[in-house]
Amino acid sequence: MELSAPIIKLHTIAPQLILLISAVMLLLIPHFIKRLSREILAAFTLVSFFVALYFVLRLWQHPDTGFNQMVLADRFAMALQLIFLLGGMLSVLVSLNRVEADYLHFGDFYALLQFAIIGLMVMTSSNHLLIIFLGLEILSIALYVLAGIRKMRVDSVEAAFKYFLLGAFATGFFLYGAALLYGATGSLDIGVMGKMMAVKSSNALLMLTGACLLFIGLAFKAAFVPFHMWTPDVYQGAPTPVVAFMSTGTKAAALAVLCRMVLAVIPAQVSPWMEILPFIAALTMTVGNLMAIVQNNVKRMMAYSSISHAGYLLVALTAGAVWASPAILYYLLVYTLMNIGAFAVISMLGQSDRAERLRFEDYRGLGYRYPFVALTMTIFMVSLAGIPPTGGFMGKFYLFSVAVKAGYVKLVVIAVINSVISVYYYLRLVVNMYMREEETELTLTWPQQGLLAVLIVAVIGVLWLGIAPESMYALFSQAGF
Amino acid sequence: MVDLTNIPILSILTFLPIGGALLLMLVPRQREQFIRYFALIMTLLVFLLSLPLFIQFDGASSAFQFVERAEWIPSVGIGYHLGVDGISLLMVMLTTFLTPIVILTSWKPITRRVKEYMIVFLMLETAMLGVFLALDMILFYLFWEGMLIPMYFIIGVWGGQQRIYAAIKFFLFTMFGGVLMLVGILVLYFMHSHQAGFASFDYLDWTRMLIDQRSQLWLFLAFGLAFAIKVPMFPFHTWLPDAHVEAPTGGSVILAGILLKMGTYGFLRFCLPLFPNASQEFYMLISILAVIGIIYGALVSWVQPDLKKLVAFSSVSHLGFVMLGIFALNTEALQGSLIQMVNHGLSTGALFLLVGIIYERRHTRMIADFGGLARQMPIYAALFGIITLSSIGLPGLNGFVGEFLILVGVFKTKQIFAILAATGVILSAVYMLTMFQRVHFGPLDKEANKKLKDVNSIELVALLSILLFCFWIGIYPSTFLNKTEASVDKLIADVKLKQTQTIEMSRNPHPTGIESDDEFYSVETQSNE
Repeated sequence: MELSAPIIKLHTIAPQLILLISAVMLLLIPHFIKRLSREILAAFTLVSFFVALYFVLRLWQHPDTGFNQMVLADRFAMALQLIFLLGGMLSVLVSLNRVEADYLHFGDFYALLQFAIIGLMVMTSSNHLLIIFLGLEILSIALYVLAGIRKMRVDSVEAAFKYFLLGAFATGFFLYGAALLYGATGSLDIGVMGKMMAVKSSNALLMLTGACLLFIGLAFKAAFVPFHMWTPDVYQGAPTPVVAFMSTGTKAAALAVLCRMVLAVIPAQVSPWMEILPFIAALTMTVGNLMAIVQNNVKRMMAYSSISHAGYLLVALTAGAVWASPAILYYLLVYTLMNIGAFAVISMLGQSDRAERLRFEDYRGLGYRYPFVALTMTIFMVSLAGIPPTGGFMGKFYLFSVAVKAGYVKLVVIAVINSVISVYYYLRLVVNMYMREEETELTLTWPQQGLLAVLIVAVIGVLWLGIAPESMYALFSQAGF
Repeated sequence: MVDLTNIPILSILTFLPIGGALLLMLVPRQREQFIRYFALIMTLLVFLLSLPLFIQFDGASSAFQFVERAEWIPSVGIGYHLGVDGISLLMVMLTTFLTPIVILTSWKPITRRVKEYMIVFLMLETAMLGVFLALDMILFYLFWEGMLIPMYFIIGVWGGQQRIYAAIKFFLFTMFGGVLMLVGILVLYFMHSHQAGFASFDYLDWTRMLIDQRSQLWLFLAFGLAFAIKVPMFPFHTWLPDAHVEAPTGGSVILAGILLKMGTYGFLRFCLPLFPNASQEFYMLISILAVIGIIYGALVSWVQPDLKKLVAFSSVSHLGFVMLGIFALNTEALQGSLIQMVNHGLSTGALFLLVGIIYERRHTRMIADFGGLARQMPIYAALFGIITLSSIGLPGLNGFVGEFLILVGVFKTKQIFAILAATGVILSAVYMLTMFQRVHFGPLDKEANKKLKDVNSIELVALLSILLFCFWIGIYPSTFLNKTEASVDKLIADVKLKQTQTIEMSRNPHPTGIESDDEFYSVETQSNE
């Protein structure tokens, strides 16, 4: 057996390395220099994100593979990393909200956030199941801690614990699936497995089981029904800046891996495990939306809404990854902007000394007392509901047109009817902001520069992606695998 | 007068109001009087700009005029394409005419959140004009759905007791239809790119394609449901009374005057030319529903104790006439439908204004609370009387022209529908005159009514300007009919031609390389480009 030294190209993981160095520094520095304000730490984090962004853009120009094909720094991965970094930056800005400040140890918080992003990046830039698993674990462990970072609050710890227990199970499924697939095909590379699946073999059952288990592991992270049970509890208990980040990032990463899996299988015939995708998509949208209607807590509503959005994304994935990937990337970008924007407003209504204001009724009077905040929230809600002229509409337009093109008209009909259902609960917030009289005087710590920046970036992004989608979509169309 | 062919007049018309709305956002909310004047001037400016459009529009041509085209999202074939023809011209004029009137009549009644009110109305005007002018399907859809948001706020913020329920109901009903239309648009888009070989959402490109009969039926349903809900046709009308009754006066006027016309406009613009055979298939169903709507609307109006509800249900009846006329598919009926769309906008809009005037003074809309108002408010009663007669369709006033043309046209195709619909005319006289009598005649016995003030100058100006057009259309409708005739004739000719072509195509499936629908799907799913 001939052993060759692996060709390591460190520049293919440059963004991950930058974030790693910065995360370690964030963990260490506060122990030596005590008086670092959170603004300085945030600025440091943001700078590291920008440096990582620079390397992402360079890799976009010159895609490459490293570590003996185990790391794929292709444009698809780079587009996703762009979205992760954007989400990270916005979450850092949300975390500057003064009402969240008391429980966050900022050095740890930012370091964990960066570890989570490293996990996302590792996970999405590989075709190798071990590397994907590695990324998944880095991400998950960081997120477990982040969910419970508000140590003194019962619900936060509960959220972390639930997330951890169920997450551990899901990772087990993933690992078991990977093991079965390795047994069946003798490889851990998704591409090789896809080719093996094309050939009829006696291992078909083993492969199917393996693929299904793998899918379950990812479905848990993306919160597809029926693997969504953890979502509302975790969203409710975890600190808002963390929820803002994990609602977008994890979903994106899980879908990216699914994209790679679907793509690997497509050249062969449609694999049996893919036949369940339309059903899971329909179920995910419908259950998410129906459950969201009956929620009285805004964060739980957003949790169920995020489930339904995972369903919309799955509608496009059903059509096959080549067409779907630009549409999915586009929607993920829009979703990141509008969701983090909405969570920024939710975070603003938090109170450091008392319970968070999370009921729909708590938003009464916002429309006239803080017109700018309410206006941006309205735009985010309208966009989440998929009404033009916002990015949410254009995103859904691309997703659904991919599915119609592939002939899944019935699935798209289910999807659009779900959009109508979703309008009901998104507008409930708008109703409370503008149409009901306030009960008690609503006061916010406003204006704050960090949050202002988030709102402005998100609103401009959402409107720009809704009115002039061409340039961004064209860019994502080049994001091949 | 300036020549309009070289300036992007349609874009200016469409985006001037929303530009005004954005400017208004910067004005401090305390300066209410300035905000009112600003909104009024803005909408008047739009109206004045639309006048040369009407005058310079060439009624002899059936083509789209003042066309503007630009690329917008070229990769998927979405363009920025505006144009006006005889069918949309009158709707555009109606919109630019009614909006300043609404702003004017909101002068006194709206005292709360004036700034927001004016902003949403200006946004609404942009969306409404966009719906009538857009010739790209996605652009059209954008305005169609975009219009929901301002209307939702108008009902939900400035409406009556049940306003939130009404606003949500309005939003959900309309959006439900809209999203199914979006699926229809997407399916048609891929059909078109398969047939024609290039991607386009352009309306004119789409009118050139032939669609097999089975697909036409499904697509007609997807589009038709959206429009039928908007019209609203029986049995999709249930959102209408709630929305109308709860909306503030201005909202009701726009809702009745223009938003409902978007439904009938949609049938004319999209359902007939794109799905001619399906239109024929569904002719019976739609005509029966229209006749039911006419009679049902009239009967329900008859028993309403609430003035606003009465007017709202009368809309169901009047719009039934329009639907009946559209699907009769001959020149008289279609011309009648178009003019009836304008008539209904004018007379029902005016009726809502009149109800609003009395509601503002008495804070009740119950017919039983009034009586003998003619003695106390003679000018008001006189105006009310004329509008009532116009709504009934008295010769010499606008309503007669539309209903007469529709009935003549329908009589030519299917007599029974014309006969049944004619009872609607009689019934409308019954409920309108009963109402008029109970409100204005009889003894002035309620104490509260004895102190009522007659119409003020603002209300008088608004109502008189509507009356002017009621008489104009009633006495000399040719001004308007001349503009529409060519477009209507071409529409009918196109529909008839395509009906026969589609039937030939189905007999002889592959004459010109047009594949059937099954093949379309199978090819699309396999090709992996």
